[in-house]
Amino acid sequence: MAYTEEELKKELETKEYEYGFYTDIESETFPVGLNEEIVKAISLKKGEPSWMTEWRLEAYRAWTEMEEPEWANVTYKKPDFQAISYYSAPKKKPQYDSLDEVDPELLDTFKKLGISLEEQKKLAGVAVDVVMDSVSVATTFKKTLAEKGIIFCSISEAIKEHPELVKKYIGSVVPKKDNFYAALNSAVFSDGSFCYIPKGVRCPMELSTYFRINQAGTGQFERTLVIADEGSYVSYLEGCTAPMRDENQLHAAVVELVALDDAEIKYSTVQNWFPGDKEGKGGVFNFVTKRGLCETNAKISWTQVETGSAVTWKYPSCILKGDNSVGEFYSIAVTNNYQQADTGTKMIHLGKNTKSTIISKGISAGRSQNSYRGLVQINSRAANARNFSQCDSLLMGNQCGAHTFPYIEAKNKTAQIEHEATTSKIGEDQIFYCNQRGIDTEKAIALIVNGFSKEVLNKLPMEFAVEAQKLLEISLEGSVG
Amino acid sequence: MELKDKLVSSFMAFEDTVDVNLPVHEVRSKAIKDFENLGFPSKKLESWKYTSLSKLLKSDYSVFPKNESSLEFKEVKKYFIHEIDSYKIVFIDGIYSSHLSETSHEGLDVCLMSAALSKPKYKIIIDNYFNKIAKTDGLTALNTAFSREGAFINIPRGKVVEKPIQILHFSTGNESSLLLQPRNLIVVGENAHVQIIERHQSLTDNPVLTNSVTEIFANKRAIVDYYKIQNDRQSASLIDNTFISQQQNSHALVHTFSLGGNVTRNNLQFFHKGEYLDSTLKGVTIIGDKQHVDHSTLVHHATPNCESHQDYKGIYADRSTGVFNGQIIVEKEAQKTNGFQQNNNILIDDTATINAKPQLEIFADDVKCSHGCTIGQLDDEAMFYLKSRGIPEKEARALLMYAFANNVLESVKIPEVKQRINKLIAMKLGVNLGFDL
Repeated sequence: MAYTEEELKKELETKEYEYGFYTDIESETFPVGLNEEIVKAISLKKGEPSWMTEWRLEAYRAWTEMEEPEWANVTYKKPDFQAISYYSAPKKKPQYDSLDEVDPELLDTFKKLGISLEEQKKLAGVAVDVVMDSVSVATTFKKTLAEKGIIFCSISEAIKEHPELVKKYIGSVVPKKDNFYAALNSAVFSDGSFCYIPKGVRCPMELSTYFRINQAGTGQFERTLVIADEGSYVSYLEGCTAPMRDENQLHAAVVELVALDDAEIKYSTVQNWFPGDKEGKGGVFNFVTKRGLCETNAKISWTQVETGSAVTWKYPSCILKGDNSVGEFYSIAVTNNYQQADTGTKMIHLGKNTKSTIISKGISAGRSQNSYRGLVQINSRAANARNFSQCDSLLMGNQCGAHTFPYIEAKNKTAQIEHEATTSKIGEDQIFYCNQRGIDTEKAIALIVNGFSKEVLNKLPMEFAVEAQKLLEISLEGSVG
Repeated sequence: MELKDKLVSSFMAFEDTVDVNLPVHEVRSKAIKDFENLGFPSKKLESWKYTSLSKLLKSDYSVFPKNESSLEFKEVKKYFIHEIDSYKIVFIDGIYSSHLSETSHEGLDVCLMSAALSKPKYKIIIDNYFNKIAKTDGLTALNTAFSREGAFINIPRGKVVEKPIQILHFSTGNESSLLLQPRNLIVVGENAHVQIIERHQSLTDNPVLTNSVTEIFANKRAIVDYYKIQNDRQSASLIDNTFISQQQNSHALVHTFSLGGNVTRNNLQFFHKGEYLDSTLKGVTIIGDKQHVDHSTLVHHATPNCESHQDYKGIYADRSTGVFNGQIIVEKEAQKTNGFQQNNNILIDDTATINAKPQLEIFADDVKCSHGCTIGQLDDEAMFYLKSRGIPEKEARALLMYAFANNVLESVKIPEVKQRINKLIAMKLGVNLGFDL
């Protein structure tokens, strides 16, 4: 049977969110609203030292004076920050030594997500820190990691147990007053992951965090801090889902990466927050600040697969401070129905011989809007800086839009910058070519989309690539083989 | 007094000098109100992010020149493309100079805006075309409010204009600082063909700010070939706003050569109103010495089966700043659009800056759009190759720069203009290659 693009489009439009289930776990939720008391209460609840409470309050005060930014190419109803509950934790706070003791219902949730802890533990050897409604529930493989001196725990635990590291690095890459959402996050972040790789250690496994927004009317404000000390290496995976809900949920995370001399951090994200139904109702607002700092010879690589969220607004960035440092950004953003994505990266070249690569692939279907917005900045001291950017967009149907807004600023004569962008649809000739060779239209579209995003999919770690494929399928089922 | 307030208050004085009973005066009155609301653009506006006017606006510009000045042809001959026969519309300090001009009403109209605005026989054209595509931003509104003089070119259907039309603006420096606001209207009828060369030239070091607005209408199958030569003194700044509306099967080409001036801002906007048409925007920028050139282009694809080509080359030295802000919008209806944009830049030293922002906004699915943007330097190996063959460094460097800019020069259709640009570039680079490209 011939499978046409029309049919694919129809299927995409009607395809429901597979992960829209709700876990019935009793949670402890704070009253809605935000004021200094709530900030203090969050801090108290988590048993934080006074410097942390003070830090949060400072961020909160700064936030109250800031205005919500409006420059992005997205339209949405602004969240009412006083109608959100800023803390929600599973009430039976699990503190298990082994997975057997974990609430079976919770485990079931993870199974549905396809990241069952046992399975991952056995098969993939991935250490997972699960953050559910912003509270870390379980960390696997802690022991194996501890032997190497690697610290991988929730950030609240890190604040208690490794205050010197947290104090030194938190807010060093994304200052608490950096922007509206970063300030909000700094004030109210409830949990997140913390990771420290000591000098010269190569982390033996992929570290992974799974985020899930479960409770209605909550915002998720997690904070991730990854520090790779001199000469170390770590690959970090982050995945996100949310159950189906009518009202919009807010996700405003901050991720800070610090790569000291000769260190390398590979940070991969698969984001599959609930994108809203096909009428554009509900879905998650994903306003995230992600930034990494590279010292001499360091390397930070961001890889992201974005298939979810009603509104995505994020720019994983690299500050290439040290000489010879390298920044990379690989992204696939898929938007469907009424989704809107304004995403891209910033590469700030400060050191000499710094290099950056940007590969961004956008696929828009339905009535969605997909924007790439990027900044490449070469400062006057950044001799021999090199950048290559490529942004490709694929459009399916004439109701959607694809936009590129690259900003290129060069102040050094030895800078070499290349930027390329293309926009196209799946050509009839391409389909015809495949048909002619006995490949049916469905497979042909799959082949082409897969080929289109291959450059980025290839960059994902093995353990994640399978899952990324799975998530891509939800957004564009029938087109990714 | 701030320049803005000064301008708003001088509108009354301006009203005394024009016929306020003409319908066009309503347009002016509305425009001055718009300007009052909008003011001058600041860096806070996204489209003015990289260009600041604040320094320019500090001068106490005189808005109406007091004395009429005259110039002898031999004084200014070198600024004309004098090798060829052409129509000429020449303004001195914003006032028409019949002495230097060569206008015509035979088979076409090459004349003055002031005549077009006041004479009844042009009423229908003014009603249909005047201020119809100029975007309402602060600067354009300001120009509209004070619109009185400029070039008016009306090419009737089927007319192929046999020689180019030159529009020249001289400022003599009789005023200590001068604000000029020429307003041009160019209507090209069906199947007509016209070539236009525009140049602004200051003759002394007294500051001049020109805020020019040009509206061009290319009707069905018309061909408009427009050249802008910008090689002014360090004391002169130019804000050029050009709006082009194209009908079915028309071709419009605009070449901009920015080689001088203090601050130059080129707002160049194309609007598509028919199918199968073609827009070409090309530019060469070679600057140094704290100069600032900003190319801000927009191609608005609103109809199917159209093409646009943009090619901008820039070479920046010595504390100069270059800006390229290229926007392509493809509306939902504009299927089968082919949009191409390229911007290549060379930085000669570390004090120069280039800011590029090529944007694509696409709402249609069956389109081919691409843009490319590069920033780099001259190829060391190519330099070595030339030097090893006995070509001195300076000449070798110039040769490579020529080659870099050649893509744009290649499509210049008037040989004399190409030759002139070559000479200007050679002068700018301080070399004499002894041949023309």
